[in-house]
Amino acid sequence: MEDQHIVTAFDRDLAELNRMIAQLGGMAEQQLATATRLLDARDPAPIDALIAKDKELDALEFLLNERAIEMIAIRSPMATDLRRIIAAVKIASVLERIGDYAKNIAKRSRVIIASETNRSDSISLTRMASLVQQMLNQVLDAYATSDAESAIDVWDRDQEVDQLHTSMYRDLLQMISAQSEVAEVSSHLLFIAKNIERIGDHTTSIAEQVYFLVHGSLPSDDRPKADDSSGTNLGSQKKR
Amino acid sequence: MSDNPQNKVKIEARDVQVFYGEAQALHGIDLDLNANEVTALIGPSGCGKSTFLRCINRMNDVIDGCRVAGTITIDGQDVYSPEIDVVELRARVGMVFQKPNPFPKSIYDNVAYGPRIHGLAQSREQLDHIVESSLKRAGLWAEVRDRLSASGTSLSGGQQQRLCIARAIAVSPDVVLMDEPCSALDPIATAVIEELMEELRKDYTIVIVTHSMQQAARISQRTAYFHLGNVVEHGATQQIFTNPKNQQTEAYISGKIG
Ligand SMILES: Nc1ncnc2c1ncn2[C@@H]1O[C@H](COP(=O)(O)OP(=O)(O)OP(=O)(O)O)[C@@H](O)[C@H]1O
Ligand SMILES: [Mg+2]
Repeated sequence: MEDQHIVTAFDRDLAELNRMIAQLGGMAEQQLATATRLLDARDPAPIDALIAKDKELDALEFLLNERAIEMIAIRSPMATDLRRIIAAVKIASVLERIGDYAKNIAKRSRVIIASETNRSDSISLTRMASLVQQMLNQVLDAYATSDAESAIDVWDRDQEVDQLHTSMYRDLLQMISAQSEVAEVSSHLLFIAKNIERIGDHTTSIAEQVYFLVHGSLPSDDRPKADDSSGTNLGSQKKR
Repeated sequence: MSDNPQNKVKIEARDVQVFYGEAQALHGIDLDLNANEVTALIGPSGCGKSTFLRCINRMNDVIDGCRVAGTITIDGQDVYSPEIDVVELRARVGMVFQKPNPFPKSIYDNVAYGPRIHGLAQSREQLDHIVESSLKRAGLWAEVRDRLSASGTSLSGGQQQRLCIARAIAVSPDVVLMDEPCSALDPIATAVIEELMEELRKDYTIVIVTHSMQQAARISQRTAYFHLGNVVEHGATQQIFTNPKNQQTEAYISGKIG
Protein backbone atom coordinates (compact mmCIF):
# COMPACT_ATOMS: atom_id res chain seq x y z
CA MET A 1 0.00 0.00 0.00
CA GLU A 2 1.12 3.60 0.59
CA ASP A 3 3.53 4.79 3.26
CA GLN A 4 3.86 2.59 6.26
CA HIS A 5 2.64 3.64 9.66
CA ILE A 6 5.05 3.75 12.55
CA VAL A 7 2.47 1.80 14.51
CA THR A 8 2.43 -1.36 12.41
CA ALA A 9 -0.79 -2.63 13.96
CA PHE A 10 -2.53 0.28 12.24
CA ASP A 11 -1.34 -1.00 8.85
CA ARG A 12 -2.64 -4.44 9.74
CA ASP A 13 -6.02 -2.96 10.67
CA LEU A 14 -6.27 -1.04 7.38
CA ALA A 15 -5.24 -4.12 5.42
CA GLU A 16 -7.91 -6.09 7.25
CA LEU A 17 -10.50 -3.48 6.29
CA ASN A 18 -9.44 -3.73 2.64
CA ARG A 19 -9.61 -7.49 2.81
CA MET A 20 -13.17 -7.29 4.17
CA ILE A 21 -14.21 -4.94 1.36
CA ALA A 22 -12.69 -7.31 -1.17
CA GLN A 23 -14.57 -10.22 0.35
CA LEU A 24 -17.85 -8.32 0.54
CA GLY A 25 -17.36 -7.11 -3.03
CA GLY A 26 -16.69 -10.63 -4.23
CA MET A 27 -19.83 -11.86 -2.51
CA ALA A 28 -21.97 -9.08 -4.02
CA GLU A 29 -20.55 -9.79 -7.47
CA GLN A 30 -21.28 -13.47 -7.09
CA GLN A 31 -24.85 -12.89 -5.89
CA LEU A 32 -25.54 -10.62 -8.84
CA ALA A 33 -24.00 -13.09 -11.29
CA THR A 34 -26.02 -15.96 -9.87
CA ALA A 35 -29.26 -13.97 -9.97
CA THR A 36 -28.84 -12.90 -13.57
CA ARG A 37 -27.67 -16.34 -14.67
CA LEU A 38 -30.61 -18.16 -13.09
CA LEU A 39 -33.07 -15.75 -14.67
CA ASP A 40 -31.40 -16.13 -18.01
CA ALA A 41 -31.50 -19.94 -17.77
CA ARG A 42 -34.95 -19.97 -16.18
CA ASP A 43 -33.46 -22.25 -13.55
CA PRO A 44 -34.95 -21.82 -10.04
CA ALA A 45 -32.50 -24.24 -8.35
CA PRO A 46 -29.98 -21.66 -6.97
CA ILE A 47 -32.65 -19.29 -5.60
CA ASP A 48 -32.91 -20.60 -2.04
CA ALA A 49 -29.15 -20.72 -1.56
CA LEU A 50 -28.85 -17.21 -2.95
CA ILE A 51 -31.44 -15.88 -0.51
CA ALA A 52 -29.72 -17.62 2.39
CA LYS A 53 -26.35 -16.26 1.37
CA ASP A 54 -27.58 -12.70 1.61
CA LYS A 55 -27.40 -13.03 5.40
CA GLU A 56 -23.65 -13.54 5.10
CA LEU A 57 -23.30 -10.20 3.33
CA ASP A 58 -25.31 -8.50 6.04
CA ALA A 59 -23.17 -10.08 8.73
CA LEU A 60 -19.92 -9.12 7.03
CA GLU A 61 -21.05 -5.54 6.57
CA PHE A 62 -21.94 -5.38 10.24
CA LEU A 63 -18.53 -6.75 11.17
CA LEU A 64 -16.79 -4.22 8.96
CA ASN A 65 -18.69 -1.38 10.59
CA GLU A 66 -17.65 -2.61 14.02
CA ARG A 67 -14.01 -2.81 13.00
CA ALA A 68 -14.17 0.67 11.49
CA ILE A 69 -15.68 2.18 14.64
CA GLU A 70 -13.03 0.45 16.71
CA MET A 71 -10.27 1.83 14.49
CA ILE A 72 -11.64 5.34 14.69
CA ALA A 73 -11.85 5.12 18.48
CA ILE A 74 -8.44 3.54 19.02
CA ARG A 75 -6.27 5.02 16.28
CA SER A 76 -7.81 8.47 15.79
CA PRO A 77 -7.09 8.32 12.07
CA MET A 78 -6.27 11.48 10.12
CA ALA A 79 -6.20 12.57 6.49
CA THR A 80 -6.09 9.67 3.98
CA ASP A 81 -6.46 7.10 6.75
CA LEU A 82 -9.66 8.72 7.92
CA ARG A 83 -10.99 8.98 4.39
CA ARG A 84 -10.13 5.35 3.74
CA ILE A 85 -12.09 4.18 6.76
CA ILE A 86 -15.11 6.35 5.99
CA ALA A 87 -15.02 5.26 2.34
CA ALA A 88 -14.84 1.60 3.41
CA VAL A 89 -17.91 2.00 5.61
CA LYS A 90 -19.87 3.66 2.82
CA ILE A 91 -18.78 1.17 0.18
CA ALA A 92 -19.67 -1.73 2.46
CA SER A 93 -23.17 -0.38 2.88
CA VAL A 94 -23.52 -0.04 -0.90
CA LEU A 95 -22.30 -3.60 -1.44
CA GLU A 96 -24.82 -4.82 1.09
CA ARG A 97 -27.55 -2.99 -0.84
CA ILE A 98 -26.38 -4.55 -4.10
CA GLY A 99 -26.75 -7.91 -2.40
CA ASP A 100 -30.34 -6.98 -1.51
CA TYR A 101 -31.09 -6.14 -5.13
CA ALA A 102 -29.64 -9.45 -6.29
CA LYS A 103 -31.86 -11.21 -3.76
CA ASN A 104 -34.86 -9.30 -5.03
CA ILE A 105 -34.03 -10.24 -8.62
CA ALA A 106 -33.92 -13.90 -7.57
CA LYS A 107 -37.28 -13.70 -5.81
CA ARG A 108 -38.94 -12.10 -8.81
CA SER A 109 -37.30 -14.62 -11.09
CA ARG A 110 -39.00 -17.37 -9.15
CA VAL A 111 -42.41 -15.89 -10.00
CA ILE A 112 -41.43 -15.36 -13.62
CA ILE A 113 -40.16 -18.91 -14.02
CA ALA A 114 -43.30 -20.36 -12.37
CA SER A 115 -45.83 -18.37 -14.35
CA GLU A 116 -44.22 -18.16 -17.75
CA THR A 117 -45.92 -20.30 -20.39
CA ASN A 118 -43.63 -19.20 -23.14
CA ARG A 119 -40.49 -17.14 -22.58
CA SER A 120 -40.61 -13.41 -22.87
CA ASP A 121 -36.92 -13.00 -23.59
CA SER A 122 -35.29 -9.74 -23.14
CA ILE A 123 -31.91 -9.22 -24.75
CA SER A 124 -31.42 -5.81 -23.14
CA LEU A 125 -31.85 -7.23 -19.66
CA THR A 126 -28.92 -9.59 -20.18
CA ARG A 127 -26.90 -6.80 -21.73
CA MET A 128 -27.68 -4.44 -18.84
CA ALA A 129 -26.81 -7.06 -16.25
CA SER A 130 -23.48 -7.91 -17.81
CA LEU A 131 -22.60 -4.22 -18.14
CA VAL A 132 -23.34 -3.63 -14.48
CA GLN A 133 -21.32 -6.68 -13.50
CA GLN A 134 -18.33 -5.39 -15.43
CA MET A 135 -18.70 -1.99 -13.78
CA LEU A 136 -18.88 -3.52 -10.33
CA ASN A 137 -15.84 -5.62 -11.02
CA GLN A 138 -13.86 -2.64 -12.28
CA VAL A 139 -14.85 -0.35 -9.43
CA LEU A 140 -13.77 -2.93 -6.84
CA ASP A 141 -10.40 -3.14 -8.57
CA ALA A 142 -10.24 0.64 -8.62
CA TYR A 143 -10.83 0.64 -4.88
CA ALA A 144 -8.19 -1.99 -4.23
CA THR A 145 -5.59 -0.05 -6.22
CA SER A 146 -6.79 3.47 -5.29
CA ASP A 147 -7.24 4.22 -8.98
CA ALA A 148 -9.45 7.31 -9.24
CA GLU A 149 -9.25 7.43 -13.03
CA SER A 150 -10.57 3.94 -13.44
CA ALA A 151 -13.32 4.79 -10.93
CA ILE A 152 -14.35 7.78 -13.02
CA ASP A 153 -14.48 5.55 -16.08
CA VAL A 154 -16.98 3.32 -14.27
CA TRP A 155 -18.92 6.39 -13.31
CA ASP A 156 -19.18 7.43 -16.98
CA ARG A 157 -20.23 4.01 -18.16
CA ASP A 158 -23.38 4.09 -16.07
CA GLN A 159 -24.90 6.27 -18.79
CA GLU A 160 -25.22 3.27 -21.05
CA VAL A 161 -26.99 1.32 -18.31
CA ASP A 162 -29.44 4.16 -17.88
CA GLN A 163 -30.12 4.30 -21.62
CA LEU A 164 -30.73 0.58 -21.78
CA HIS A 165 -33.05 0.81 -18.83
CA THR A 166 -35.07 3.58 -20.43
CA SER A 167 -35.55 1.68 -23.66
CA MET A 168 -36.41 -1.54 -21.85
CA TYR A 169 -38.91 0.31 -19.77
CA ARG A 170 -40.66 1.55 -22.91
CA ASP A 171 -40.67 -1.88 -24.50
CA LEU A 172 -42.11 -3.56 -21.44
CA LEU A 173 -44.79 -0.94 -20.99
CA GLN A 174 -45.85 -1.45 -24.57
CA MET A 175 -45.87 -5.18 -24.10
CA ILE A 176 -48.08 -4.87 -21.03
CA SER A 177 -50.60 -2.64 -22.76
CA ALA A 178 -50.66 -4.84 -25.87
CA GLN A 179 -51.05 -8.21 -24.17
CA SER A 180 -52.50 -7.98 -20.70
CA GLU A 181 -51.91 -11.73 -20.09
CA VAL A 182 -48.15 -11.08 -19.80
CA ALA A 183 -48.67 -8.18 -17.42
CA GLU A 184 -47.49 -10.04 -14.33
CA VAL A 185 -44.29 -11.38 -15.83
CA SER A 186 -43.57 -8.11 -17.59
CA SER A 187 -43.97 -6.05 -14.49
CA HIS A 188 -41.56 -8.32 -12.65
CA LEU A 189 -39.12 -7.88 -15.51
CA LEU A 190 -39.71 -4.16 -15.19
CA PHE A 191 -38.70 -4.26 -11.54
CA ILE A 192 -35.72 -6.44 -12.28
CA ALA A 193 -34.56 -3.93 -14.85
CA LYS A 194 -35.02 -1.23 -12.26
CA ASN A 195 -33.01 -3.24 -9.73
CA ILE A 196 -30.16 -3.60 -12.18
CA GLU A 197 -30.32 0.08 -12.99
CA ARG A 198 -30.13 0.83 -9.25
CA ILE A 199 -27.11 -1.43 -8.90
CA GLY A 200 -25.50 0.66 -11.63
CA ASP A 201 -26.20 3.81 -9.61
CA HIS A 202 -24.79 2.23 -6.48
CA THR A 203 -21.72 1.21 -8.39
CA THR A 204 -21.18 4.82 -9.41
CA SER A 205 -21.43 5.81 -5.77
CA ILE A 206 -18.60 3.37 -5.02
CA ALA A 207 -16.70 5.10 -7.81
CA GLU A 208 -17.30 8.42 -6.06
CA GLN A 209 -15.95 7.03 -2.81
CA VAL A 210 -12.81 5.80 -4.56
CA TYR A 211 -12.35 9.25 -6.04
CA PHE A 212 -12.93 10.82 -2.61
CA LEU A 213 -10.44 8.46 -1.06
CA VAL A 214 -7.75 9.47 -3.51
CA HIS A 215 -8.44 13.18 -3.91
CA GLY A 216 -10.26 14.19 -0.75
CA SER A 217 -13.15 15.66 -2.70
CA LEU A 218 -16.01 14.30 -4.76
CA PRO A 219 -15.90 14.39 -8.57
CA SER A 220 -17.14 17.85 -9.48
CA ASP A 221 -19.34 17.52 -12.56
CA ASP A 222 -22.73 15.92 -12.28
CA ARG A 223 -22.92 12.64 -14.06
CA PRO A 224 -24.91 13.14 -17.28
CA LYS A 225 -28.34 11.68 -16.65
CA ALA A 226 -29.41 9.34 -19.45
CA ASP A 227 -32.23 7.56 -17.68
CA ASP A 228 -35.47 9.39 -18.47
CA SER A 229 -37.84 6.50 -17.87
CA SER A 230 -39.42 8.59 -15.11
CA GLY A 231 -40.74 10.87 -17.84
CA THR A 232 -42.19 7.98 -19.83
CA ASN A 233 -45.91 7.25 -19.82
CA LEU A 234 -48.19 5.16 -21.93
CA GLY A 235 -50.02 8.18 -23.31
CA SER A 236 -46.91 9.59 -24.88
CA GLN A 237 -45.98 6.14 -26.11
CA LYS A 238 -49.19 5.77 -27.99
CA LYS A 239 -49.04 9.16 -29.62
CA ARG A 240 -45.81 8.28 -31.36
CA MET B 1 -15.36 25.12 14.02
CA SER B 2 -15.66 27.39 11.03
CA ASP B 3 -13.00 29.98 10.49
CA ASN B 4 -14.07 33.41 9.59
CA PRO B 5 -12.36 34.77 6.48
CA GLN B 6 -12.95 38.26 7.80
CA ASN B 7 -10.70 37.70 10.80
CA LYS B 8 -7.88 40.10 10.31
CA VAL B 9 -4.22 39.43 10.58
CA LYS B 10 -2.92 40.13 14.06
CA ILE B 11 0.61 38.85 13.90
CA GLU B 12 2.67 38.92 10.75
CA ALA B 13 5.98 37.07 10.54
CA ARG B 14 8.24 37.66 7.54
CA ASP B 15 11.40 35.77 6.77
CA VAL B 16 12.03 35.04 10.45
CA GLN B 17 15.37 33.36 10.96
CA VAL B 18 16.72 32.30 14.31
CA PHE B 19 20.26 31.22 15.13
CA TYR B 20 21.53 29.65 18.32
CA GLY B 21 25.20 30.52 17.95
CA GLU B 22 26.19 29.00 14.61
CA ALA B 23 23.20 26.68 14.37
CA GLN B 24 20.21 27.96 12.46
CA ALA B 25 16.90 26.84 14.01
CA LEU B 26 14.43 28.75 11.79
CA HIS B 27 15.03 29.24 8.08
CA GLY B 28 12.83 32.15 7.09
CA ILE B 29 9.33 31.73 8.47
CA ASP B 30 6.47 33.60 6.77
CA LEU B 31 3.28 33.25 8.73
CA ASP B 32 0.14 35.32 9.27
CA LEU B 33 -1.75 34.69 12.48
CA ASN B 34 -5.32 35.93 12.63
CA ALA B 35 -7.06 37.67 15.49
CA ASN B 36 -9.86 35.73 17.17
CA GLU B 37 -8.47 32.45 16.05
CA VAL B 38 -6.51 29.65 17.59
CA THR B 39 -3.53 28.74 15.44
CA ALA B 40 -1.91 25.41 16.17
CA LEU B 41 1.78 24.89 15.49
CA ILE B 42 2.56 21.24 14.93
CA GLY B 43 5.62 19.32 13.85
CA PRO B 44 8.26 16.88 15.02
CA SER B 45 10.38 17.53 18.07
CA GLY B 46 13.15 20.03 17.41
CA CYS B 47 11.56 21.56 14.30
CA GLY B 48 11.46 25.03 15.86
CA LYS B 49 7.93 25.49 17.20
CA SER B 50 8.99 26.76 20.62
CA THR B 51 11.67 28.89 19.02
CA PHE B 52 9.09 30.56 16.78
CA LEU B 53 6.69 31.07 19.68
CA ARG B 54 9.44 32.75 21.71
CA CYS B 55 10.12 35.16 18.84
CA ILE B 56 6.64 36.61 19.15
CA ASN B 57 7.16 38.00 22.66
CA ARG B 58 10.94 38.25 22.42
CA MET B 59 11.60 35.52 24.95
CA ASN B 60 14.60 34.59 22.79
CA ASP B 61 16.24 37.87 23.90
CA VAL B 62 17.12 36.26 27.20
CA ILE B 63 18.76 33.20 25.61
CA ASP B 64 22.53 33.54 25.31
CA GLY B 65 23.80 33.44 21.74
CA CYS B 66 20.34 33.54 20.23
CA ARG B 67 19.92 35.86 17.25
CA VAL B 68 16.68 36.70 15.48
CA ALA B 69 16.44 38.15 11.96
CA GLY B 70 13.43 39.09 9.86
CA THR B 71 10.36 40.94 11.07
CA ILE B 72 7.42 40.20 13.32
CA THR B 73 4.65 42.72 13.68
CA ILE B 74 1.68 42.74 16.00
CA ASP B 75 -1.10 45.04 14.81
CA GLY B 76 1.40 46.39 12.32
CA GLN B 77 3.90 47.32 15.00
CA ASP B 78 7.39 45.85 14.75
CA VAL B 79 8.02 43.78 17.86
CA TYR B 80 11.78 44.16 17.48
CA SER B 81 11.81 47.95 17.02
CA PRO B 82 13.85 49.87 19.65
CA GLU B 83 10.76 51.76 20.82
CA ILE B 84 9.14 48.60 22.09
CA ASP B 85 9.00 48.23 25.87
CA VAL B 86 9.67 44.53 26.31
CA VAL B 87 7.95 44.31 29.69
CA GLU B 88 4.83 45.82 28.21
CA LEU B 89 5.10 43.55 25.19
CA ARG B 90 5.14 40.48 27.42
CA ALA B 91 2.05 41.71 29.24
CA ARG B 92 0.28 42.05 25.87
CA VAL B 93 1.63 38.76 24.71
CA GLY B 94 1.23 36.25 27.51
CA MET B 95 2.97 32.94 27.45
CA VAL B 96 2.45 29.53 28.97
CA PHE B 97 5.54 27.39 28.77
CA GLN B 98 6.15 23.76 28.02
CA LYS B 99 7.19 23.14 31.64
CA PRO B 100 5.16 24.81 34.38
CA ASN B 101 7.21 27.52 36.06
CA PRO B 102 5.29 29.02 38.99
CA PHE B 103 7.08 31.67 41.03
CA PRO B 104 8.19 30.45 44.46
CA LYS B 105 5.38 32.47 45.97
CA SER B 106 1.85 31.81 47.17
CA ILE B 107 -0.80 30.69 44.72
CA TYR B 108 -2.52 34.02 45.19
CA ASP B 109 0.63 36.04 44.52
CA ASN B 110 1.46 34.03 41.42
CA VAL B 111 -1.76 35.23 39.83
CA ALA B 112 -1.78 38.68 41.43
CA TYR B 113 1.80 39.48 40.39
CA GLY B 114 1.05 40.67 36.85
CA PRO B 115 -2.06 42.73 37.65
CA ARG B 116 -0.08 44.37 40.51
CA ILE B 117 2.93 45.44 38.46
CA HIS B 118 0.72 46.64 35.61
CA GLY B 119 -1.63 48.46 37.97
CA LEU B 120 -4.72 46.63 36.82
CA ALA B 121 -6.45 46.62 40.21
CA GLN B 122 -7.47 49.71 42.17
CA SER B 123 -8.36 47.86 45.36
CA ARG B 124 -7.82 44.65 47.22
CA GLU B 125 -11.35 43.57 46.25
CA GLN B 126 -10.57 44.11 42.58
CA LEU B 127 -7.37 42.15 42.89
CA ASP B 128 -9.21 39.34 44.70
CA HIS B 129 -11.70 39.33 41.92
CA ILE B 130 -9.04 39.10 39.18
CA VAL B 131 -7.32 36.26 41.03
CA GLU B 132 -10.53 34.35 41.55
CA SER B 133 -11.82 34.75 38.01
CA SER B 134 -8.46 33.88 36.47
CA LEU B 135 -8.20 30.74 38.57
CA LYS B 136 -11.77 29.85 37.65
CA ARG B 137 -11.14 30.27 33.94
CA ALA B 138 -8.07 28.12 34.20
CA GLY B 139 -10.13 25.44 35.94
CA LEU B 140 -8.12 25.52 39.17
CA TRP B 141 -10.29 27.50 41.55
CA ALA B 142 -12.16 24.61 43.14
CA GLU B 143 -8.93 22.86 44.00
CA VAL B 144 -7.10 25.83 45.55
CA ARG B 145 -9.73 28.19 46.95
CA ASP B 146 -8.98 26.99 50.50
CA ARG B 147 -5.21 27.19 50.19
CA LEU B 148 -4.49 30.39 48.29
CA SER B 149 -1.56 31.20 50.55
CA ALA B 150 0.14 27.86 49.97
CA SER B 151 3.19 27.95 47.72
CA GLY B 152 2.57 27.61 43.98
CA THR B 153 5.34 25.04 43.84
CA SER B 154 3.46 22.80 46.29
CA LEU B 155 0.89 22.03 43.60
CA SER B 156 0.97 18.98 41.38
CA GLY B 157 2.44 19.36 37.88
CA GLY B 158 -0.94 19.65 36.21
CA GLN B 159 -2.14 22.12 38.82
CA GLN B 160 1.02 24.18 38.38
CA GLN B 161 0.35 24.36 34.65
CA ARG B 162 -3.16 25.64 35.25
CA LEU B 163 -1.75 28.15 37.73
CA CYS B 164 0.59 29.41 35.00
CA ILE B 165 -2.36 29.72 32.64
CA ALA B 166 -4.26 31.70 35.28
CA ARG B 167 -1.19 33.90 35.70
CA ALA B 168 -0.94 34.51 31.96
CA ILE B 169 -4.57 35.50 31.52
CA ALA B 170 -4.75 37.60 34.71
CA VAL B 171 -3.25 40.59 32.85
CA SER B 172 -5.81 40.33 30.00
CA PRO B 173 -3.27 39.92 27.23
CA ASP B 174 -4.02 40.48 23.54
CA VAL B 175 -2.19 37.39 22.47
CA VAL B 176 -1.71 34.17 24.38
CA LEU B 177 1.13 31.87 23.39
CA MET B 178 0.89 28.35 24.74
CA ASP B 179 3.66 25.81 24.43
CA GLU B 180 2.19 22.35 24.96
CA PRO B 181 0.02 23.63 27.81
CA CYS B 182 -1.77 20.33 28.32
CA SER B 183 1.08 17.85 28.13
CA ALA B 184 0.98 17.33 31.91
CA LEU B 185 -2.77 17.55 32.33
CA ASP B 186 -5.41 14.87 32.82
CA PRO B 187 -8.31 14.67 30.33
CA ILE B 188 -10.63 16.75 32.51
CA ALA B 189 -8.14 19.55 33.03
CA THR B 190 -7.29 19.35 29.32
CA ALA B 191 -10.95 19.78 28.42
CA VAL B 192 -11.16 22.79 30.76
CA ILE B 193 -8.16 24.41 29.04
CA GLU B 194 -9.55 23.65 25.59
CA GLU B 195 -12.85 25.20 26.58
CA LEU B 196 -10.95 28.20 27.93
CA MET B 197 -9.12 28.64 24.61
CA GLU B 198 -12.39 28.59 22.72
CA GLU B 199 -13.68 31.30 25.05
CA LEU B 200 -10.48 33.35 24.96
CA ARG B 201 -10.35 33.51 21.20
CA LYS B 202 -13.44 35.70 21.17
CA ASP B 203 -11.19 38.48 22.41
CA TYR B 204 -7.67 37.28 21.85
CA THR B 205 -5.28 35.73 19.40
CA ILE B 206 -4.08 32.34 20.50
CA VAL B 207 -1.10 30.39 19.29
CA ILE B 208 -0.62 26.93 20.67
CA VAL B 209 2.08 24.35 20.18
CA THR B 210 0.78 20.86 20.64
CA HIS B 211 1.93 17.34 19.98
CA SER B 212 -1.62 16.02 20.09
CA MET B 213 -3.04 15.99 16.59
CA GLN B 214 -6.48 15.46 18.02
CA GLN B 215 -6.08 18.52 20.21
CA ALA B 216 -4.88 20.64 17.30
CA ALA B 217 -7.82 19.44 15.22
CA ARG B 218 -10.29 20.10 18.04
CA ILE B 219 -9.28 23.56 19.13
CA SER B 220 -7.66 25.42 16.28
CA GLN B 221 -9.02 27.19 13.23
CA ARG B 222 -5.69 27.23 11.47
CA THR B 223 -2.73 24.92 11.60
CA ALA B 224 0.88 25.40 10.58
CA TYR B 225 3.09 22.38 10.06
CA PHE B 226 6.76 22.98 10.91
CA HIS B 227 9.51 20.76 9.62
CA LEU B 228 13.25 21.31 10.13
CA GLY B 229 12.86 25.02 10.77
CA ASN B 230 10.46 25.71 7.88
CA VAL B 231 6.71 26.06 7.60
CA VAL B 232 5.81 23.32 5.15
CA GLU B 233 2.07 23.84 5.11
CA HIS B 234 -0.28 26.38 6.66
CA GLY B 235 -4.02 26.41 6.21
CA ALA B 236 -7.47 25.86 7.63
CA THR B 237 -7.28 23.16 10.30
CA GLN B 238 -10.18 21.29 8.78
CA GLN B 239 -8.29 21.02 5.49
CA ILE B 240 -4.94 20.13 7.04
CA PHE B 241 -6.38 17.22 8.97
CA THR B 242 -8.69 15.82 6.32
CA ASN B 243 -6.85 16.55 3.11
CA PRO B 244 -3.34 17.96 3.55
CA LYS B 245 -1.68 19.08 0.34
CA ASN B 246 1.84 18.28 1.38
CA GLN B 247 3.11 14.72 1.58
CA GLN B 248 5.26 15.47 4.64
CA THR B 249 2.25 16.91 6.47
CA GLU B 250 0.20 13.85 5.60
CA ALA B 251 2.92 11.51 6.83
CA TYR B 252 3.35 13.42 10.08
CA ILE B 253 -0.29 13.77 11.06
CA SER B 254 -1.14 10.20 10.24
CA GLY B 255 1.91 8.75 11.96
CA LYS B 256 3.59 7.40 8.88
CA ILE B 257 7.23 6.85 8.11
CA GLY B 258 7.80 9.92 5.91
N1 LIG C 1 18.37 27.50 24.11
C1 LIG C 1 18.82 26.85 23.04
N2 LIG C 1 20.14 26.80 22.77
C2 LIG C 1 20.60 26.16 21.68
N3 LIG C 1 19.81 25.52 20.79
C3 LIG C 1 18.50 25.53 21.01
C4 LIG C 1 17.93 26.18 22.14
N4 LIG C 1 16.61 26.03 22.09
C5 LIG C 1 16.35 25.30 20.98
N5 LIG C 1 17.48 25.00 20.34
C6 LIG C 1 17.57 24.22 19.09
O1 LIG C 1 16.73 24.77 18.12
C7 LIG C 1 16.02 23.78 17.40
C8 LIG C 1 14.52 24.00 17.56
O2 LIG C 1 14.18 23.78 18.92
P1 LIG C 1 12.76 24.09 19.51
O3 LIG C 1 12.83 23.99 20.98
O4 LIG C 1 12.25 25.35 18.94
O5 LIG C 1 11.94 22.85 18.88
P2 LIG C 1 10.43 22.40 19.15
O6 LIG C 1 9.79 22.30 17.80
O7 LIG C 1 9.79 23.27 20.14
O8 LIG C 1 10.63 20.93 19.73
P3 LIG C 1 9.77 20.16 20.87
O9 LIG C 1 8.56 19.68 20.17
O10 LIG C 1 10.67 19.01 21.24
O11 LIG C 1 9.49 21.09 21.99
C9 LIG C 1 16.49 22.45 17.96
O12 LIG C 1 17.47 21.94 17.10
C10 LIG C 1 17.09 22.81 19.29
O13 LIG C 1 18.14 21.96 19.63
MG1 LIG D 1 9.07 22.95 22.10
